[in-house]
Amino acid sequence: MHRTGALYGQFKTLEQQKDTASLGMWIFLVTEVMFFGGIMLAYTINRHTYFHAFAMGSNTLSLKLGGFNTVVLLASSFTMAMAVWSAQVGKKKLIPLFLTLTIVLGFVFFGVKYVEYAQKFHHHLVPGKSFDISYCVNHPNQCEDVDGAELDVEREEIAKALAADPDLNAHAQLYYSAYFGMTGLHALHMVIGAGLLLWLLRNSLSGLYTPEWNTPVDLVGLYWHFVDIVWIYLFPLLYLIDRHK
Amino acid sequence: MSEHEHTEHIVAPGTYLAIITTLLILTGLTVAAAYVNLGRFNIVVALAIATVKATLVVLFFMHAKYSPKRTKLVIMAGIFWLIILLFMTLSDYASRVDYRGVRYPMTQNISLGSSQRS
Repeated sequence: MHRTGALYGQFKTLEQQKDTASLGMWIFLVTEVMFFGGIMLAYTINRHTYFHAFAMGSNTLSLKLGGFNTVVLLASSFTMAMAVWSAQVGKKKLIPLFLTLTIVLGFVFFGVKYVEYAQKFHHHLVPGKSFDISYCVNHPNQCEDVDGAELDVEREEIAKALAADPDLNAHAQLYYSAYFGMTGLHALHMVIGAGLLLWLLRNSLSGLYTPEWNTPVDLVGLYWHFVDIVWIYLFPLLYLIDRHK
Repeated sequence: MSEHEHTEHIVAPGTYLAIITTLLILTGLTVAAAYVNLGRFNIVVALAIATVKATLVVLFFMHAKYSPKRTKLVIMAGIFWLIILLFMTLSDYASRVDYRGVRYPMTQNISLGSSQRS
């Protein structure tokens, strides 16, 4: 990549050069759409087949934490868009500021995700030998972070779901495998995004990006917004199944 | 090609603010909608709202609205290919009958072989 933003011989204008770079990024993002699309499709089929177990699994997630993370991620997309805007209009001091805000929001997301994952380990909701969808219902003193009234609802729901699906515990593990797989892959994309943002931050501090040449800011922005879109779908798919009681 | 044919379109911060506000309102709406019993339409509403949100992000945050036609073509081709993947696979599952003549998927009585827990 030309660090100075000079024009390569195969392009007529800088404009054309930038459009080409952005086209390449979009082609990459389309492959990512197919990647996450296939995973979400597999999830949908399992969810349809084992509806009771998936609804039960979804109800054991914390809507508060998930909703909070959705807001954080949307806000980080906004600050990213503002970083791109700062580069386009040449506000050189604002670029690192908005990039830093984006990185901070990204790390807030990781922090909340850590709390959520840790909770799942404590509640015996990680697929494997000790997985027990009824663990919190049977050991309420081990799950003090879950509201008592919520546990009462959960107890009834588990009884109903067990009546409809005797293999509830096995099928709930399918849900949790999907949960960890999908949120894990999403988080991996965010880790890569955070790395790219740190690289942009370093360069922006030395004033590399100008209105004439800010292609890396623009392309990392596209990637960051794409990761946001993945979460826009993951949130209702994973957290919002059968919430009405 | 003239020198000043297509200059880069810069989206104003005001537009970004309007978009982020809409996205946050839609997030609240999708959570509220999940608490209303719409039967099988809960998922339809949730995915419809998510698609509106994703469209806003693509058009404005990702500047697709102001991109060259070539880029728009790649985006549309990607969405079209995704629809093929989803539609063909789901229509197969929705209409499939297994070797016992039983429709798939069958929510009841499906059992994984190794689900006996000690």
